[in-house]
Amino acid sequence: MTALSLGRSNTPTPSQSAQRRKLRATAYAFITPFLIAFVAMLLVPIGYALYLSLFKTQIIGGSTFVGLANYLQAFTDPQLYAGLFRIMLYLVIQVPLMLVLAVFFAFAIDSGRVRGGKFVRLAIFVPYAIPGVIATLMWGYFYGNNFGLIAQLFRALGLVPPNLLSSQNILGSMMNISTWAFVGYNMIIIYAALRSIPHELYDAAEVDGAGQWRIAWSVKLPAIRPALILCLIFSVIGSFQIFTEPSLLQPLAPTTIDNAFTPTFYAYNLAFVNEEPSYAAAIAFTLGFAIMIVSYVVQLTAQARARNS
Amino acid sequence: MSTMQTTRVLPAAPRPHKNPRDRKSVVLTIAMWACALYFLLPFVWLILASTKNDSDLFTTFGLWFGKTIALFTNLGTVFTYENGSFGGWLLNSAFYAIASALGAVILSTLAGYAFAKYRFKGSRGIFSVVLGSIMIPSTALALPTYLLFANINITNTPWAVILPSVVNPFALYLIRVYAIEAVDDNLIEAARIDGAGEFRIFWQISCRLLGPAIVTVFLLALVGAWNNYFLPLIMLNQSSLYPITVGLAQWAASSNAGGGARVLFSTVITGSFVSIIPLVLSFLYLQRYWQSGLSAGSVKG
Repeated sequence: MTALSLGRSNTPTPSQSAQRRKLRATAYAFITPFLIAFVAMLLVPIGYALYLSLFKTQIIGGSTFVGLANYLQAFTDPQLYAGLFRIMLYLVIQVPLMLVLAVFFAFAIDSGRVRGGKFVRLAIFVPYAIPGVIATLMWGYFYGNNFGLIAQLFRALGLVPPNLLSSQNILGSMMNISTWAFVGYNMIIIYAALRSIPHELYDAAEVDGAGQWRIAWSVKLPAIRPALILCLIFSVIGSFQIFTEPSLLQPLAPTTIDNAFTPTFYAYNLAFVNEEPSYAAAIAFTLGFAIMIVSYVVQLTAQARARNS
Repeated sequence: MSTMQTTRVLPAAPRPHKNPRDRKSVVLTIAMWACALYFLLPFVWLILASTKNDSDLFTTFGLWFGKTIALFTNLGTVFTYENGSFGGWLLNSAFYAIASALGAVILSTLAGYAFAKYRFKGSRGIFSVVLGSIMIPSTALALPTYLLFANINITNTPWAVILPSVVNPFALYLIRVYAIEAVDDNLIEAARIDGAGEFRIFWQISCRLLGPAIVTVFLLALVGAWNNYFLPLIMLNQSSLYPITVGLAQWAASSNAGGGARVLFSTVITGSFVSIIPLVLSFLYLQRYWQSGLSAGSVKG
C-alpha cells in the first residue's frame, strides 16, 4: 500500500514525459494489490492442481508420477459422465426456464400494469438473500413424502402426493430450488437494463404505430441482450457448481443421490471421502476447463446471433 | 465479456419512465401475485415452523400454528445448544463476510478504476486475463486452493476462507464499467492542474462518484461470502471456526441421522430462521443499490 502515496507529491511536473511516467506508475500501483491476490489465489492454485493431478497418491508408498493417467481415468469414468449428463439437463431445462421467467417478471413489472409491482419485485428477489444451505434445507422439508408441506397440501385436496425425492423427480426438485433462489437475481439485472432504456425510444416506436407487444419484441428485447447474455453466462457457470443441493438432500434420499450426483459433489467426495486428492484435482481441472469452453461457446453464439439479426 | 456489444450510453441514474396511458391489468396482477406467493410461502412456513416443537412440526399443518407456541423455547435451545456455538457461527459469518467484502471492494475498486482511467502498457492484456477468469467457477477452484492451503498449513484458519474471497474479477469489471461512465476525465484533469496528487484524486473525487458501484460490489461480495458453503466446508474442520452455513448443515445432518444425541428439527429450523434475518433486513433496506449498480454492469460491456 505504501506505493500508493507515490502520486502524492505536489511539485509540478517538469515535462510531459515525466507526467506520463508518474501516471503509469500510479496505474501500476493501483492494480498491483489486485494482481498479487489474483496470482496467489487463482493462478497458483490452478498451477498446483495441475501439478498434483499428474501424480497418484497411495496410502502406502506416497505419491508417484503418473502423467496423464488421472485425466485418462476421468475421460472414461462413467460416474463423471453421469454427473455431467445431469448438468447438461440443467443447462437445457432449468437455465432457459429460469431466464424466460426472469424476463417475463421483469417485463411485467416494468410495464407498470401490475398493482403492487414494487412489492412483487421484492418478493421475487428476496430468496437470493437466503444461503443455498437454508434454501435446500427448507425445500427438503417440503419435499418429504410423509410430513412434507407439499404432501400435506396434496392430501388436503384428496390427492396422492408425488414422491419428489424419487430418482425420476429428484433432479426436477433440485431445479426448483435453484430457480426459486436465483430467478429474482436475474430478474433484477434484466429489470435494471429495461429501466435504462431511454423513453424516447418508446415514443418513437409508438409514433410509428407499434403496439405494446411489438415494442417489447423490437425495442426492449434487443436492448436487454447484453444483460441477458450476462445472466446466461452466470447461470451456466452456476449450473456446473451445483453442490449444496445433492450434499444436503442426500440424507433424505440416500438411494437416489449417489456420491457422484454432480461433478462438484463427486470431486468433493473423491478428495475427502475416498482420499484421492490427485484424481479430484484432475476432475476439478477438467471441470473448470469444460466450463470455460461452454461459456465461450455460449458467448460466441449469442454474439453471432446479435450480428445476424 | 469485453466484446459484448455496447448498446448505448448509460445515464448515471436510470430515471423512471411512467407512461400515463399505463392501465393496471387484472390478469397480470393476479398472475404476478400468485408468483410472489410461491416465492414467499417458504418464508411463511419458516416463521410458523420456528414456533413449533418437534412433534407439532410433523403432526400439524405446515402453513398454520401448532398446538403449542414453542418459539421462545426453540430460541433458547438454538443459542444454548453445545455451549452456544450458534452465536459464534453467526459472528464468524459476519466477520468472514465483512472482511471478504471489504477486501474485494478495496482491491477491485483500485484496480477497476486504474483500468478505466489510466493508459499503461499491458492494460489490455491483463484486463482480458482477469475478465476471462470470471468464467472459472469458484467451486472448481476451491479444491485446488484447499490442496495448496493444506500444503502451507493455513487450512482451518479464518484466512483460508477470507483470502480466496477477496479476489473478485466480476467486481473489478463492474467498477471499471461504472468508472468509465461516472468519472469525468475533465474533472480528473482539472484536479491535476490544481496540483492534486493521483491518490488524492482517487480518494476524494473518484471514490465519491463511484459510490453506487462500490456499494453494489460490497453487497454482492457480502452476500456471496455470507452464503458460501463449499469453501468453508472444505477449509475448516473445527466447529468454533464454522460460519453459519456449515454449522447449520452439520446440525441438519445430525437431526437427519437420528439417535439419542441428535439435534432437534425444531432447533435446525429456528436456527435457519434466526440466521436469515440480518440478510433479509439488509436486502430490504439496501435494495435500490442493487438496481443502480447492476444496471451499469449489464447494459454496458
